Amino acid sequence: MNYFPDEVIEHVFDYVVSHSDRNSLSLVCKSWYRIERFTRQRVFIGNCYSISPERLVERFPDLKSLTLKGKPHFADFSLVPHGWGGFVYPWIEALAKSKVGLEELRLKRMVVSDESLELLSRSFMNFKSLVLVSCEGFTTDGLAAVAANCRSLRELDLQENEVEDHKGQWLSCFPENCTSLVSLNFACLKGEINIGALERLVARSPNLKSLRLNRSVPVDALQRILMRAPQLMDLGIGSFFHDLNSDAYAKLRTTILKCTSITSLSGFLEVAPFSLAAMYPICQNLTSLNLSYAAGIQGSELIKLIRHCGKLQRLWIMDCIGDKGLGVVATACKDLQELRVFPSAPFGNQGAVTEKGLVAISMGCRKLHSLLYFCHQMTNAALITVAKNCPNFIRFRLCILDATKPDPDTMQPLDEGFGAIVQSCKQLRRLSLSGQLTDQVFLYIGMYAEQLEMLSIAFAGETDKGMLYVLNGCKKLRKLEIRDCPFGDTALLTDIGKYETMRSLWMSSCEVTVGACKTLAKKMPSLNVEIFGEGEQADCYVEDGQRVEKMYLYRTVAGKREDAPEYVWTL
Amino acid sequence: MAREGLGLEITELRLGLPCGEPQKNEKKRMFSEIDGGVGEENGGSGDRKIIEKKNQVVGWPPVCSYRKKNMNEGSKMYMKVSMDGAPYLRKIDLGLHKGYLELALALEKLFGCCGIEALKDAENCEHVPIYEDKDGDWMLVGDVPWEMFIESCKRLRIMKRSDAKGFGLQPKGSLKRFI
Repeated sequence: MNYFPDEVIEHVFDYVVSHSDRNSLSLVCKSWYRIERFTRQRVFIGNCYSISPERLVERFPDLKSLTLKGKPHFADFSLVPHGWGGFVYPWIEALAKSKVGLEELRLKRMVVSDESLELLSRSFMNFKSLVLVSCEGFTTDGLAAVAANCRSLRELDLQENEVEDHKGQWLSCFPENCTSLVSLNFACLKGEINIGALERLVARSPNLKSLRLNRSVPVDALQRILMRAPQLMDLGIGSFFHDLNSDAYAKLRTTILKCTSITSLSGFLEVAPFSLAAMYPICQNLTSLNLSYAAGIQGSELIKLIRHCGKLQRLWIMDCIGDKGLGVVATACKDLQELRVFPSAPFGNQGAVTEKGLVAISMGCRKLHSLLYFCHQMTNAALITVAKNCPNFIRFRLCILDATKPDPDTMQPLDEGFGAIVQSCKQLRRLSLSGQLTDQVFLYIGMYAEQLEMLSIAFAGETDKGMLYVLNGCKKLRKLEIRDCPFGDTALLTDIGKYETMRSLWMSSCEVTVGACKTLAKKMPSLNVEIFGEGEQADCYVEDGQRVEKMYLYRTVAGKREDAPEYVWTL
Repeated sequence: MAREGLGLEITELRLGLPCGEPQKNEKKRMFSEIDGGVGEENGGSGDRKIIEKKNQVVGWPPVCSYRKKNMNEGSKMYMKVSMDGAPYLRKIDLGLHKGYLELALALEKLFGCCGIEALKDAENCEHVPIYEDKDGDWMLVGDVPWEMFIESCKRLRIMKRSDAKGFGLQPKGSLKRFI
């Protein structure tokens, strides 16, 4: 390959797109490393503390798109104290200082301040796309800056963020000559917006394909917006509350008939009962339906709607659909690939689903590859059946609301059921376990889950052997997160080299001690080993024999981080 | 794993090695079995909520905090409630209530009538609660189980008993059983 001029190699590299493939290219030889780094436009950093912003900028001067993830996954469940980290400002600052022409920034679980949004909006002339998922720390003032200053903005996508609403006019800050919007999602905002400004914005955005509204947009405005944007493909409805006898509702029903391009529907943050019939005409085109925030829809209405959705590939719903409703899904949605069933009352009993619903789905939806299922109980027999019916699972996340519940029919642990899943689903990349589980399930996982990259464990296992089975067996493991399991120092220290092959390890409320963490940190300088408790000061960990409440370790080339709060002790 | 029964019938689960030796830093991790049956019609529902909250484990079930917050806003089932003779209507969120008793209390708050008095002494109460179901028919409140009621109720009306003279308005089984 050294006989080819660089331009030829560059041209070949253009066809290599995935991050892991590009990474492999750069390892072949020095000249390929050099060519690769100057042509790399998209970079994905799964842990923002694994590398410094300066180093990123130095290596990839042609960077256009950056994806960053901050806090550990269990931060979603309030297990990471406030202020732990994941600040995006240093990244934007470093990018702004360099000559990088950033066009796209995608952040997940990061702390985003208004200052960083303002800096972002002023620093990159060609900035096109901002996607924030599960982030916090900003207000609508920051959004106003982005709207006002990013002249070529195509995408502003806010998913499940905690945003402080300053009741400003951020939406009105989009200048009159901004006509480039393709995607706008502000469903997670709590406050009012200027409806007139929204309607005008939609009217001057001929390329708008995706629009997700928040609760404050009333139905009459929705109807006018839909009239202006018949080209919409993805619609998120905020408020669907209205009088069924009103003119506004009748108008809406007529308008919806024109929305033949909509293939993705979500929202319904508030719903008038029995009003979903207005949606029936477009159901047959839907490939994606997310009603997981539509608490106002009764099970029976949900079922009626889904009967019309024959082309559905992705479905996110609440468990008020019930086992019978899932049976309807199984008959109606033969193309279903991804299903998420969320608990409507995590501590109650109404409308819950059980193993029966899942079995029904597995019999009807043979293409299913991604599952997140919150249920009241599960049996080994059901899991074995599901494993047989759906061998194509890539993601299998089961959450039994009572975390240590055994198989209610046999009173046995669920080892055999999950064992069947990992044995049958040879492409399984992500697995979350729950229910009563012994070390045996981990033996199965270590033996069979060859493609497993992410494993989440809670209230499971009996001895250190469990964790060791996984660490020894799962060669492709990248992320391991464990809570409330009896795994201790032996499990942690037996194969410390393993952690360099992984992105991160989280262990909370386990049996790991301070001393073991210290040993690990000393032997592996390429890892950051952080321990912390419930916002207590770091120096409360005095004795080596003391059990660690929370430990998060990750590989890094950036060394110990400077922005850790007082309660985090990096060993 | 050892299980201890408490007087409240909450099962306490302690995680530890099978040999049963206490750990150095003995820290009991409670994971209680939450009893189902939230739909019970009794005044104890408030107490049950307190018990549930005390025994909930942090971060379980693993629903992300954003979703949890939005879920707690409850299923909003706002219904118009009209009362004969009143100059304007009110709205009531049926999703907030677990049964007829709570509904009665809420109506009493709004209108000062048709609450407990109506339940206890239906014959003598001046007003009768009725609702429009999804077929458009006007039905007497209280005949069907609560879950069925909230599924089919479109709007509520508090009618003057005098408008229904001549009809036997004793509800089937009587609302009394819901007290």
